[in-house]
Amino acid sequence: MPDDPKKYEYLDHTADAKFLAYGKTLEEAFENAALAMFNVMINTNTISNTLLQDIDLVAEDIDGLLFDWLSEFLFLMDAENLIFGDFKVHTIEQKGGKFYLSATVYGELIDLSRHVFDTEVKAATYNDMQVKNLADGWVLQATVDT
Amino acid sequence: MGWENPTKVSRNMIIMSEDNDISVNLNKINDNTWEVPRGYKPGMRVPGRLFLSSPLLKLLEQGTLDQVANVAALPGIQKYSMAMPDAHLGYGFPIGGVAAFDMEEGVISPGGVGFDINCGVRLIRSNLQENDVRPGIKDLLEKLFHAVPSGVGSKSRLRVNDDQLNDIFIHGSRWAVENGYGLPKDVERCESQGMMGGALVNQVSTKARQRGRPQLGTLGSGNHFLEIQYVDEIYDTKAAEAFGLEKGQITFMIHCGSRGAGHQICTDHLRTLTQAAQKYKIDLPDKQLACAPTDSSEAQNYFGAMVCAANYAWANRQVIMHWAREVFQDFLHKDLDELGMDLVYDVAHNVAKLEEHKIDGKKQEVYVHRKGATRAFPPGHSDIPIAYKKVGQPVLIPGSMGTASYVLHGTHDAMDISFGSACHGAGRVMSRAHAKHEFRGEQIQKELSDLGISVRATQPALIAEEAPEVYKSSSDVVDVVHNLGIARKVARLMPIGVVKG
Repeated sequence: MPDDPKKYEYLDHTADAKFLAYGKTLEEAFENAALAMFNVMINTNTISNTLLQDIDLVAEDIDGLLFDWLSEFLFLMDAENLIFGDFKVHTIEQKGGKFYLSATVYGELIDLSRHVFDTEVKAATYNDMQVKNLADGWVLQATVDT
Repeated sequence: MGWENPTKVSRNMIIMSEDNDISVNLNKINDNTWEVPRGYKPGMRVPGRLFLSSPLLKLLEQGTLDQVANVAALPGIQKYSMAMPDAHLGYGFPIGGVAAFDMEEGVISPGGVGFDINCGVRLIRSNLQENDVRPGIKDLLEKLFHAVPSGVGSKSRLRVNDDQLNDIFIHGSRWAVENGYGLPKDVERCESQGMMGGALVNQVSTKARQRGRPQLGTLGSGNHFLEIQYVDEIYDTKAAEAFGLEKGQITFMIHCGSRGAGHQICTDHLRTLTQAAQKYKIDLPDKQLACAPTDSSEAQNYFGAMVCAANYAWANRQVIMHWAREVFQDFLHKDLDELGMDLVYDVAHNVAKLEEHKIDGKKQEVYVHRKGATRAFPPGHSDIPIAYKKVGQPVLIPGSMGTASYVLHGTHDAMDISFGSACHGAGRVMSRAHAKHEFRGEQIQKELSDLGISVRATQPALIAEEAPEVYKSSSDVVDVVHNLGIARKVARLMPIGVVKG
């Protein structure tokens, strides 16, 4: 799909994985950030979307919301054995000084006979985190600990 | 921030990381010590100290230097913000960073410990010689690989319930030994006896518990490993004898940490401390440096939860060691006494501790944060095993995959120079993504095999990211520490078989 705009790109970071995620909307940029993080661990094209999970988050600022969004998937992986390859962020809203995210994500249970894992992501970090609204859309920068 | 064009930003970052002439900003103190003057960045309360030889300084990234300077700006920091010779870019604090904060005026920061709380190393000696294991090394590795789950998504044979988890958070290695995973004498040969005091189990979230329950006794991935080695060089006969090491002998090394439980504990408390830093009006050059005054509830709650994770990691390495001993017994048809597989020592590489140090001639309690650094206490110190009192604490420095690991001992100079700390490993110079682009796992596996080193991993591609070339040379790093005198070389260990996590 050559006409498809770039969803994310990895930046060089010695110890960890750092990326930029793009989107026409903030919601789309969050979706692509999740995609970028999962692709550090596994080719998300190999994940079938047989299970869905709703995710609702509240944070005091937008950085915290991105941190919580990425962290939530790492928790679900360890605790529930779930991995995701498709992300739909319905809304990100600012109400009364807080930020609310509502999403549905699609994936399946880890099956080590089919899923080939690369590096494990241990955690999301605040390192060099950026959330920017540019003229032609949104760009997020995040670093995850591997 | 001037962050309007992301393409330009990413290009700038790359250019900066290739700019190696950073010595112009530094004052040379001696051949292995460089000072980052307080004027390097606004807000620095103390200078920085980089423990590097000239060749290693050339490998230092600008970003790492900036991180050392950022840490120097945190309240209550004592003497220097330090970077060990294996230092590289971290998040907030550099990896290889050491910083001590006054018990009353200072701060506690999860960024100064890292996500993998008490990632560490343990070394086991044996009565075996190289030729006892080399002929069957591939089968032995295969058995170890199956006995100790590794890689993403792997689950332990051991399931613990919530009560047991509390017990593990409080008692660490001791829990493991009391439940049949090892010998009582194992706990004596551990930093903090494998059990730090001050655990606050009520500060460990439900999420951290859920991640911790299925993972006790798992290796994880990335740079974590099990390694069969032999002692190929002894530098200090007296210390080697005290540690039970001699030339030609087989040793076994375990490198792993607190797994998802520790990662979640750091994640949870980092969130809280980010807000606390605003509440206590601490000006942070980088949000990942989130911290709070030592006596605040936020800082103490983090510290108590961090202790839980540290103890979980010690229990984890104890369980893994027990399973590895079972494999060796079964494989070689010898009992544990015949094998002589005694624990030499277990060190934490990522932890914060309240310790007493002499500053300007006066005793002072400080929270020493070691992030990718090893405690290196001297002979006679009260917190090291009796058997090692005369020679100092064993300092265990794993090499990268396929390169030498080192055993050193702690010194009095370390107490004066580096708050009783030394380096922790080789130190990365190339990102995982770059390494996988540059090397093929199968090729690295073959090259290592030609050198007499067998490697077992869940898949060959993973071997590329830990290729020997992506690290600084462990011997260069260890030489700096040795020449500075903050730890002294005792023995060199060469790998013959690696299970890569």
